[in-house]
Amino acid sequence: MPLTMVNEGNKAVLLSIEGGRQLRSRLAALGLLPGAELEVIQNSGQGPFVVAVKGSRIVIGRGMAARIAVE
Amino acid sequence: MATTLEKTINVAVAGNPNSGKTTIFNNLTGARQRVGNYPGVTVEWKKGTHRRGDIKLDLIDLPGTYSLTAFSEEELVARDYLLNSSPDVVVNVVDASNLERNLFLTTELLEIGCPLVLVLNMTDVARDRGLGIDIARLAEKLGVPVVPAIGNKGVGMDEVVEAVMQVAVSQASLPGPAGLCRESGPGLASLAAVEKRGGPARVHYGSEVEKVIREIEHILPESDSRRWQAVKLVAGDDKVIDQMVAPGAREAVTGLAARFADSSIDEPDILLARLRYEFISGICQGVLRAPASDLITTSDRIDRIAMHPVWGVPIFLTLMYMVFTLTFSLGNPLMDLIDIGFGKLSGLVSGLWTLGSTSPLRSLIVDGIIGGVGGVIVFLPNIVLLFMAIAILEGTGYMARAAFVMDRFMSKVGLHGKSFIPLLIGFGCTVPAIMATRTLESRRDRLITMMVLPLMSCGARLPIYALLIPAFFPARLQGPALWLIYVTGILLALGGAHFLRATLFRGETTPFLMELPPYRMPTAGSLLVQMWTRAWLYLKKAGTVILGAAIILWFLTYYPKPSADYVLPAGFDNTTAAEATKFSEITDPNVEQAAELSYSIAGRVGRLIEPAIAPLGFDWRIGTALVGAIAAKEVFVAQMGIVFAVGEADETSDQLRAQLRHRYSPLIGFCIMLFALISTPCIATFAITRQEAGSIKWAFAQTFGLTALAWVVTFLVYQGGLLLGLGGA
Repeated sequence: MPLTMVNEGNKAVLLSIEGGRQLRSRLAALGLLPGAELEVIQNSGQGPFVVAVKGSRIVIGRGMAARIAVE
Repeated sequence: MATTLEKTINVAVAGNPNSGKTTIFNNLTGARQRVGNYPGVTVEWKKGTHRRGDIKLDLIDLPGTYSLTAFSEEELVARDYLLNSSPDVVVNVVDASNLERNLFLTTELLEIGCPLVLVLNMTDVARDRGLGIDIARLAEKLGVPVVPAIGNKGVGMDEVVEAVMQVAVSQASLPGPAGLCRESGPGLASLAAVEKRGGPARVHYGSEVEKVIREIEHILPESDSRRWQAVKLVAGDDKVIDQMVAPGAREAVTGLAARFADSSIDEPDILLARLRYEFISGICQGVLRAPASDLITTSDRIDRIAMHPVWGVPIFLTLMYMVFTLTFSLGNPLMDLIDIGFGKLSGLVSGLWTLGSTSPLRSLIVDGIIGGVGGVIVFLPNIVLLFMAIAILEGTGYMARAAFVMDRFMSKVGLHGKSFIPLLIGFGCTVPAIMATRTLESRRDRLITMMVLPLMSCGARLPIYALLIPAFFPARLQGPALWLIYVTGILLALGGAHFLRATLFRGETTPFLMELPPYRMPTAGSLLVQMWTRAWLYLKKAGTVILGAAIILWFLTYYPKPSADYVLPAGFDNTTAAEATKFSEITDPNVEQAAELSYSIAGRVGRLIEPAIAPLGFDWRIGTALVGAIAAKEVFVAQMGIVFAVGEADETSDQLRAQLRHRYSPLIGFCIMLFALISTPCIATFAITRQEAGSIKWAFAQTFGLTALAWVVTFLVYQGGLLLGLGGA
């Protein structure tokens, strides 16, 4: 399911990213790559997301969150 | 004597954004520059030196990056520097409280073949979070010296310098001056551990991947970074192919990479990134003792409120409102003091001439120079307070939250939440703000942001408001009037961006992605340094550009002098009779002065454009001052001072305000501010836009577009105000 479906406070494992190599590389450098465990810190139903991954807080735009599949 | 023996070590400082890299750089070089707390503040790399005995370190502060892919301009700058300039030592600053993620860049630096010194920064934060790091073990596993440091307290800097010198010596770029490097010190324990290992660690990608890497390496020409290039080629980095692979070898290289990509289940770039993280996990094993569970930090708790979907925006707007109110209420008493000081100085200098002297030199010094520069310096308290507020917002980490909170709105007008950061810096000065648009990855986003940036009311426009608002509005309306001007600018910028996105720059928006740094308490020292840096820049501008402009403008307003039989144009001033008057027949000195001005070059330019600005409620005097504002926005104030007070010995703002109040209605006063806000950006903005957009076309587009917008908006407000009966005093 897309990351947008994950509620605040829930954990998920990243499965795949739908996007080009550059986007994937950028996300990977921030710790967001398939297999990464993340926790949704903020998902207010609109506006960007905050996820915790590898000890840092990353803001992800809603559009991009829709392209990130998690379980 | 020392210079002939002096040895230079070239040092590059690299690290993730928010790792405290710039603070370390500042500590080492003593350079005065900005330290921010949000991604990408150090877009420009800065240079500085550090001396220790007869050794000189030449340091360069590379832009903060998360990796050395070529995703953004910062990464390209950092990577090109490391590859092409081959620094003697790279100081890699990592955030100890976020070690794994920070080591991602470190592994790339090792791969590229840089001689590294790892600075483990913010060890105090890590300790507070319950993280334990075995420094000697980390050094041993990575094969590079590791120095613990607390950048914002200046802890560990001597050890960093010593480690750098040791690495430089071991690179044989310098003969070892034995006496120079002490063998003790807490940070140097790790050096012994490094020697135990033998050489820097490198990521092992597993036999299959290593085979392809080796095959590609064979095709590439010999170099230190060959392995790194091969790894990037396996990952499909087109920029590396374009830059580094000889045309003849490209087919072979891409063929190998493509064959590997086909055989691999994962995308090669993802596979390599994962293997890199696995390697880092291996390094951290037995080095990093983390608390059992992810703790909800204080930052998260603050963010529940600061980034609340409902409260986030009001909190942000309230903070902005407080910033502007404080800027005025704290700044005004100080301004009065400066004003009195300059008044005294004028009086003192005037006293050197006989009373009532019309000496041009006296006028140049008193009215042109002291008046012009004094009129600018008087606003220093306001500027300093505003910069202080921005420094606090940056230093605490709130800036990134502001970007988050604003993304919802920014994405509606087709901009990035990240565009908000340059827009916010635009409140300080448009020039660094335009440079800060480099954090935006897409050229389209950058250009849109640049085009609307001058609408964010910069610090240089503050003097205009500071002069006009008290002149026309009672105390209770002064704060709201200022707020209204700023909000108008913001709304026009957003509207303009939306318009540009829908017309000139159509297409998909780039994704919003940003790290939220933990909240930090900025140290008083770093805030003062930032405040001083900006205040100094402002003063320097006052001493150079504005002084020059003030002298030119003084000349333009002083010459040519009308002859005795010059006939005044009919109705030239409301104090003169309607019938034609000869210059020699004027008895009132004020009218004489006004007539001289009218005759001068500036007056003529003002008159020339008067028909164009009359529908806005402006006369030739305002037109003349607006022309002056092109040199720098705050020159408007100096120009108004000259336009209204040439020949006056004691030129204080209050006198100028009285003149303004006498001549114009509050509606016109507001329209002047509106026009000054929106119209033609200053020369410096023009120049930086040309440079950053890469074409003078965009600089002209910005200038003419904004001037046209200013005319339309001011026209609507003025004529609308007249219809509503707001034209009276």
